[in-house]
Amino acid sequence: MRLIKRVGEWFDLRLQLAEPIRDVAEHPVPRNTASWFYVFGSAALTVFCLQVVTGVLLALVYVPSAAEAWSSLQALNYQVTLGWFIRALHGWGSNFMVAIVLVHMVQVFLFGAYKFPRELTWIIGVFLLLMTLGMAFTGQVLRFDQDAYWGLGIGASIASRVPVVGPAIVKLMLGGPIIAGATLSRFFAVHVFVIPGLLIGFVALHVLMVVKLGINEWPMPGRVVRRATYLGEYHALTRRDGAPFVPYAIWKDLIFAACVLAAVAGCALVFGPFGPTGEPDPTIIQTVPKPDYFFLWLYALLSLLPPALETPALLIGPVIAIGALILLPFLSGEGEKSWRRRPIAVLTVLLIAVTLGTFTRLAQYTPWSPKMSAWSGEPVPQQFLHGATALERQGALVFQAKQCRNCHSLGEKGGQRGPALDGVAVRLTQDQLIRQVIQGGGNMPAYGKNLSPAETTALVAFLRTLHPAGQAPARDASRDIVLSEPGPPDATATR
Amino acid sequence: MSNENVMTRRGLFAKIGILLNGLVAAALAVPIGRFLLSSITRGRADGYLSWVSLGPVSQFPEGETRLATFRNPYVMPTDGKTADTACWVRRVDADRFQVFAVNCAHLGCPVRWFPQSGLFMCPCHGGAYYRDGARASGPPERGLFEYPYKVTNGAIVIQAGELPTPGSTAAADKRQPPCA
Repeated sequence: MRLIKRVGEWFDLRLQLAEPIRDVAEHPVPRNTASWFYVFGSAALTVFCLQVVTGVLLALVYVPSAAEAWSSLQALNYQVTLGWFIRALHGWGSNFMVAIVLVHMVQVFLFGAYKFPRELTWIIGVFLLLMTLGMAFTGQVLRFDQDAYWGLGIGASIASRVPVVGPAIVKLMLGGPIIAGATLSRFFAVHVFVIPGLLIGFVALHVLMVVKLGINEWPMPGRVVRRATYLGEYHALTRRDGAPFVPYAIWKDLIFAACVLAAVAGCALVFGPFGPTGEPDPTIIQTVPKPDYFFLWLYALLSLLPPALETPALLIGPVIAIGALILLPFLSGEGEKSWRRRPIAVLTVLLIAVTLGTFTRLAQYTPWSPKMSAWSGEPVPQQFLHGATALERQGALVFQAKQCRNCHSLGEKGGQRGPALDGVAVRLTQDQLIRQVIQGGGNMPAYGKNLSPAETTALVAFLRTLHPAGQAPARDASRDIVLSEPGPPDATATR
Repeated sequence: MSNENVMTRRGLFAKIGILLNGLVAAALAVPIGRFLLSSITRGRADGYLSWVSLGPVSQFPEGETRLATFRNPYVMPTDGKTADTACWVRRVDADRFQVFAVNCAHLGCPVRWFPQSGLFMCPCHGGAYYRDGARASGPPERGLFEYPYKVTNGAIVIQAGELPTPGSTAAADKRQPPCA
């Protein structure tokens, strides 16, 4: 024991770190902050450490070259001992990190922890969120497969829409005129050197400020933050009702961090690594690229925005969102901290969560994309052909062969780009059906040039049979009147 | 203390030291900046674009649309297969062609040709185009990107070399009407 003490003293005489470490460990925190709600920041830091370690391990094998990255990932998955597990840990760690950072942010927002004097801690936190998302996107690129390749194309297409400098930004981003070797190399540099370097620096600042300013006290309804009095009140609180951070509060952080690490490892073990999907060969166009989980909402948004709104939304939206997050502590740096007295804050969180959740769910089954194989893969359900005439059956063939099924479902099978046609005859009259097929409209292409008159007749005859048993097909009421009149009205009589 | 404006000898040297570092930093900033921006500056004046052959015109039957591939004219040793590019070649009649980029004019996903319905369909966000490349439906704001082409010695040759994106010069060809 004495030897250990002497060695410790030898180091501390030179490092001089024992004193500040003791200060940090024993700094008093309000007793009620030793809560399970206050564990997400330290959990995020723990997962970040896991990402650094597994990232370095992956870099021992990974080759950041467009020609070889994909095969080096295959080697990691199938050749290197436990390479698949390290890849899985890194991939799942990434998902957990984004999730925990978001939960941490929501907790900090709802507990009013961004208010005076912790404004800068919040702003640095916003940058940490952006860097975490940046790591998630660049990491997805390093998993150099078809999703990564076409994902880069989407990124380039968005960047190119910036006025004036768009094309230059694209070349800077890609490192050349196309997505190729230089692109992967620079995303590797950004993912491995630039963002992690910044992240480490900003995390250190973030934690330093938490220690220096003290952890946010448990918000009490009615305990209002005022710039003039807050610091004194906080110090009085920690003096009156404080306890040293170690061990009073840290045990919950430690247990939660261990649970999170175990969960990451469990997911890695059970679900395995992400991809890689097909080889990033641009001449293979039979691919349906999709972003990783945390960018699915954006994928849905890009599909659902009206075309004219898209470029402004893509270029101005992020500026407004980031600007709002940065301005938040300046706009409401004082006042109530408790969520019980901040209904708008709670509703904002719920609205954003429901919106992102809905978009994410939609992006999992992409109702806006034509189902490319439905026309040849999903036969017309039998009940729609029962008792059909030869013409109607021919129409059903036209319906399949012209790929209508890729966008329109029958019997809940087929694309969801356009409306389901199970009961279309109730909605549209014969004339309306003909017009819709030939001229398109309402987001449907015009098929006039692609259907012969005979095909159109057959197709519409088939569509006319698509109505529920008890409901008659729609018909034009004026048609009956016109047909029932004895002859054409006398043109001269009405003049 | 009596006069803070007096410049001491060491103070002067410190200032000279700062100035010297500033000068060296400024001098180094020029090559560093040029290196960083080289992917932009090289492309000025269409430096990336060249004429590439897609093969003899006989490969492309009249009235049909076929997938063709070419090696990007500007390559780096580490590019591997990523320098291979695909495009859709439509032979309108004996001497008229249209060569479309596979990249959707919305966000660049690869569009597929469906000869039965005469449509290009995009798997990502649901864009669709007619056989002549004009926008049919979905989020794209314009028709498919077209490469300039010419027929030389019985081969079809296109001007290519840059990823076509909605804002790029390669895409600055004619805007097509929303309905063909």
